[in-house]
Amino acid sequence: MRAYLPGYDLRVSANLSETLDLLARELGVWQPFAGGTDLMVLLDAGKLSHKRFVSLANLSELRGIEVRGDDIILGALTTYSDVLRNSVLEAEFPLLCSAARETGSIATQNRGTLGGNIINASPAADSPPALLVYDAEIELISARGSRWMPYHGFHTGYKQMQLAPDELLLRIRLPRRTIPWRQYYRKVGTRKAQAISKVCFAGAALMEDGAVRDIRIALGSIAPIVMRAVKTEDALRGGKLTPEKIAAAKDILAGEIFPIDDIRSTARYRLRVAQNLLEEFLLQLAR
Amino acid sequence: MAEAVGKIEIKCTVNGEHRQVHAYPMARLLDVIREEMHLTGTKEGCGEGECGACAVLMNGAIVNSCLVPAIEANGKEIRTIEGIASGAQLHDVQEAFLECGGTQCGICTPGMVIAAVALIQRHPYPSDAEIREGLAGNLCRCTGYQKIFAAVVQACQIAGKTSPEYR
Repeated sequence: MRAYLPGYDLRVSANLSETLDLLARELGVWQPFAGGTDLMVLLDAGKLSHKRFVSLANLSELRGIEVRGDDIILGALTTYSDVLRNSVLEAEFPLLCSAARETGSIATQNRGTLGGNIINASPAADSPPALLVYDAEIELISARGSRWMPYHGFHTGYKQMQLAPDELLLRIRLPRRTIPWRQYYRKVGTRKAQAISKVCFAGAALMEDGAVRDIRIALGSIAPIVMRAVKTEDALRGGKLTPEKIAAAKDILAGEIFPIDDIRSTARYRLRVAQNLLEEFLLQLAR
Repeated sequence: MAEAVGKIEIKCTVNGEHRQVHAYPMARLLDVIREEMHLTGTKEGCGEGECGACAVLMNGAIVNSCLVPAIEANGKEIRTIEGIASGAQLHDVQEAFLECGGTQCGICTPGMVIAAVALIQRHPYPSDAEIREGLAGNLCRCTGYQKIFAAVVQACQIAGKTSPEYR
């Protein structure tokens, strides 16, 4: 343990309004603490710069999965294990289930949360590509009130997001509209289990008579944020998936992602893998 | 820097016994278990949630105790490796580790046993893939894993023979 523990505060608040009041009263002083699977690693390494945290563990408003007619609402504290136990998610949102299954170990899946995965804002997070493909919306709450916004566009730069210092991520909404869509998820890491992504790819497409009626593609670990490949999507929408069209889409993808060299991989490898995953996805659709 | 934070009281149940300790709120449950409760069966490997040596059961679910802050153990039921056997009667998983040679240096063993116990709770009849998935969060640098895998298979067989509740 390289951290000086008396320098760190972690409070448990009794309820949601108390938490929101604390965030609003001392703006920027308190940071929410969810599953802790990233923050505790930084703490032990002596790299946790923020000092005061408020635990969300007691907030029932942030828990639970509610299946409704048109959508499914996930509390921000939904763990990966919660995702994997839900039969509606299993049937209709396989990309999210794949992401949950491939995140860390079971011990990590029992603690890590979807809300934490979003707000921690790692470009290598595995659930955000799935959430982007499903056109997720997120609800942010503060003492001032709550607002829903599309998840796409929430992250604006490396660890930057449209979140005011007094706001808390409350819930995630997934529209139940992708049931007939063909879906593809693949995470490429150093090994099959317990690895952080080199590249993560999620895609879904609505096919009609062999043509792409609609398509959504999102990738992780290839830019400062997890991103939708909107230019690639635009190029693929409408028309059949000919070899020429697939080759052109791979070129367009190369132009809109920004992979870098880091401890886990190289920019060159990531670019090649991202293009190959796109090709694999499109070839499966064309079949 | 914020003023120094004091220790807080943590009340929890560990291996069936009520425990009351004082710890800093962000202290790792791992350190609380080892240094405050003097249960040193739980090991520290990597300290970053990769190796599983510090695995314990918290309210029945496997967690890495190096990633759980002390304050979140409050009111919880925790089971460490010391609470897996019933007195002198080893758990089926422990018997199988002995029989199959699933242990060498022993550092990963407490976490491996906890992971195997958690796995058999979730899947009383695990497939090979489920066993591999259930152990994927636990690293071993001695055995090459095959004997550990064989021990889990054996544990399921023992359970099938001796514990009707597994069926």
